[in-house]
Amino acid sequence: MEVIRHDVVLVGGGGAGLRAAIAVAEADPELTVACLSKVYPMRSHTVSAEGGAAAVAREDDSPELHAYDTVRGSDYLADQDAVELFVEEAPIELTRLEHWGCPWSREEDGRIAVRAFGGMSVERTWFAADKTGFHMLHSLFQTSLKYENIVRLDETFVTRLLVEDGRVRGVVALDLRTGSARAVLGRAVVLATGGAGRIFPFTTNAAIKTGDGMALAYRAGVPLKDMEFVQYHPTGLPGTGILITEASRGEGGVLLNANGERYLERYVPNKMELGPRDMLARAAILEFQAERGFKGTYGPYVHLDLTHLGEAKIDERLPFVRELAIHYVGIDPVKEPIPVRPVVHYMMGGIDTDGNGATELPGLYAAGECASVSINGANRLGSNSLSECLVFGARAGRAAAAFAREVDDRNEPAVPEQARDEEGRIEALRGKSGGERIVDLRREMTSAMERGCGVFREEDEARHTLQTVAQLKGRYTDLGLEDRSRVFNTEIVSALELGHMLDVAEAVALAALERKESRGSHTRTDFPARDDENFLKHTLVRFAPQGPKLDDKPVTITRWQPEERKY
Amino acid sequence: MEEKRTIRFEVLRFRPEQDEEPVWQTYDVPCRPDWVVLDAINYIKDEIDPTLSHRWSCRMGVCGSCGMMVNGTPKLTCSAFVRDYPDPIRVAPLSNFPIVRDLVVDLESFIEKLERVKPWIIRRAEKDPALGEYLQSPEDLSNFKQYSMCINCMLCYAACPVLLHEPEFLGPAALALAFRYNQDSRDEGERQRLGVLNSPEGIWSCSYANECSEVCPKGVDPAAAIQKQKLLGFLQWARVVAPRGGA
Ligand SMILES: Cc1cc2nc3c(=O)[nH]c(=O)nc-3n(C[C@H](O)[C@H](O)[C@H](O)COP(=O)(O)OP(=O)(O)OC[C@H]3O[C@@H](n4cnc5c(N)ncnc54)[C@H](O)[C@@H]3O)c2cc1C
Ligand code: FES
Repeated sequence: MEVIRHDVVLVGGGGAGLRAAIAVAEADPELTVACLSKVYPMRSHTVSAEGGAAAVAREDDSPELHAYDTVRGSDYLADQDAVELFVEEAPIELTRLEHWGCPWSREEDGRIAVRAFGGMSVERTWFAADKTGFHMLHSLFQTSLKYENIVRLDETFVTRLLVEDGRVRGVVALDLRTGSARAVLGRAVVLATGGAGRIFPFTTNAAIKTGDGMALAYRAGVPLKDMEFVQYHPTGLPGTGILITEASRGEGGVLLNANGERYLERYVPNKMELGPRDMLARAAILEFQAERGFKGTYGPYVHLDLTHLGEAKIDERLPFVRELAIHYVGIDPVKEPIPVRPVVHYMMGGIDTDGNGATELPGLYAAGECASVSINGANRLGSNSLSECLVFGARAGRAAAAFAREVDDRNEPAVPEQARDEEGRIEALRGKSGGERIVDLRREMTSAMERGCGVFREEDEARHTLQTVAQLKGRYTDLGLEDRSRVFNTEIVSALELGHMLDVAEAVALAALERKESRGSHTRTDFPARDDENFLKHTLVRFAPQGPKLDDKPVTITRWQPEERKY
Repeated sequence: MEEKRTIRFEVLRFRPEQDEEPVWQTYDVPCRPDWVVLDAINYIKDEIDPTLSHRWSCRMGVCGSCGMMVNGTPKLTCSAFVRDYPDPIRVAPLSNFPIVRDLVVDLESFIEKLERVKPWIIRRAEKDPALGEYLQSPEDLSNFKQYSMCINCMLCYAACPVLLHEPEFLGPAALALAFRYNQDSRDEGERQRLGVLNSPEGIWSCSYANECSEVCPKGVDPAAAIQKQKLLGFLQWARVVAPRGGA
């Protein structure tokens, strides 16, 4: 088996991963960083982000205000020390990206333009029309090409972390081109593998968002934090789940029910369309329950009306929204309202880290959507996540570089054997005989997740989902695969991804069952109130061979005491 | 729910471990009327033949993974609707690239070409980000914005008649990106890109067939970028290289 050695091993080539790679490369030109990604970096899901990235930019704004909005948006579950770091560094990071060529939209005088976003009390969302993530990712990718000490291993699927003597030692990965497993060893490992929206049936997330890094860390003994908090975005296209960005509301779009009412009057009268996502998603479902939604082939929906913005503004600020709506639902938003409904969008939870991206396992770091630092707590504010990828990607990269410089212990006798074990596990999947199909298990998992871990949750359904996922994990061992070949065997990849998703789904279901309160995106119909006395704490889920184990951890509160969250 | 319609798909298969050369394989797929070609391929993969390999991810026309030849034309399969094609629909890997397997082509040559044109901001002196942004007016932005919209989907490479005979040609996407940086008011690297752009694999190989711009799903117009670069390149060559060469 091929063994490669670098100083830092980075898993993920999205916004967080590429930012981390550049941070390592700049921290010390002597260090080499291997950047492993299961797709070419510019295919990463960051590319789909539309609306923008938040950072203080104007005189009417301040880091304190950005921090307060974020903490309140999180329903007081964010760690306030992390939020303070975040708001301080976000403007520098977004400016740095400007220096790296990101084509941010501009004011007439040449300064960066900013727009309104949900839950943000002033305009502070930087944008590149409505293709912000696309431009950020390509700017980062193209900039990363100039560093000779970034060594990319594209289309390489990481399947396991190598751990010995209480420290991470590298990873095992499947090279899709050759079908061979290789060990990529390093003194520090950074996970930047993104979210896990694909554990649900209806999501804005790309096909690759299967929670791999979360599962890798979890299996290596690192806890997952706050996994019950799954963000539904209020405006996805029925059928495909393709996102219609919140920027369309930031620019003035309104939501209407089947009676033509701006129904948000009933739910968030002071913020209306710019209320936080958890509240807007619940509002839409309640409208559906009250039979005030439109009825369509793919279930009920509401209208997002942009017609009053006019063609010129839509073409300047929201061209991609127009393209997507015309293309995928046959509606031109200049002329007609767009049908939309709540859709799974973002994981607030993830690998438990501190403000440097460090996990419990020495040498292992995580950043971006796969991590939970946590600045998002129980509900992320739109446009905080792209900035989070940059701020904490850079911090994790620098911390990993420092760690790699300090330790130099290659006494890892058990690592080769672990790597060979893992190679054996992958090989055993190739053309494996068995009675279960990937597609069936995946379908049963996603529908169980929607039932028990949707916008509204309650005890029995959540428990049932947890049991279903546990059973599916049992059936997974009887998976049958047909493809025996090595070169670009995507069936093996799907099988490995399914295994990761089942672990992540189980953690989500357990956490949702055990948090007996309602906070942010987690709404329990049987426990409708927030309960600070018992639940102002992070949920941790730890791996154990007999099934996941629950733990918790205090929330860091610096300046903002919990108060009722009203908009 | 609207009726499903069974559509015949002919898919070009190539498994290097068993096939001497690519072969067509036929699948009958029950398609919903609102399906894209990618939905049908995913259906085949999930329900009929898990050994078929293809790339895809965002399914919303922005990640650039899912380019294939659909009835002979390069298309993003996540934006090509089955209702727009007559039966049967033929799906093949992108032309002008070696096939890795089935619908997956080898993109390494493109990544190398991309690196060669230095697609990043080059400055004589870098500014500290703490000092703020480089000012750039909306007009400055509009000088290059269109050329920054490339998603690297490689449809233009599959359509390019020059690449068919000269695989070393840098190609539409890489050249358009070089032009994008040259046109960016923040960039000072034009001279550094001059050599590669004027090299035998550079802009002068383009025969201005315009096929690239016709297939581009994002309206980038690489053909125009190359023509404009030719003009600029010539002027620059005259200004920078000629006088020195003559001295
Ligand atoms: C449609 C959409 C629109 C959005 N819009 C916004 C917005 O406007 N503003 C905002 O702030 N946020 C937005 N978000 C959220 C934001 O885009 C994401 O949270 C963020 O981009 C995640 O970046 P990342 O770097 O963590 O992960 P990703 O970009 O998902 O990258 C993950 C990387 O990890 C790699 N990887 C994963 N698993 C493996 C493995 N096993 N082996 C090797 N490599 C692996 C992948 O190849 C990829 O390179 C949006 C999200 C969606 C779905
Ligand atoms: S799947 Fe991303 S462009 Fe088609």
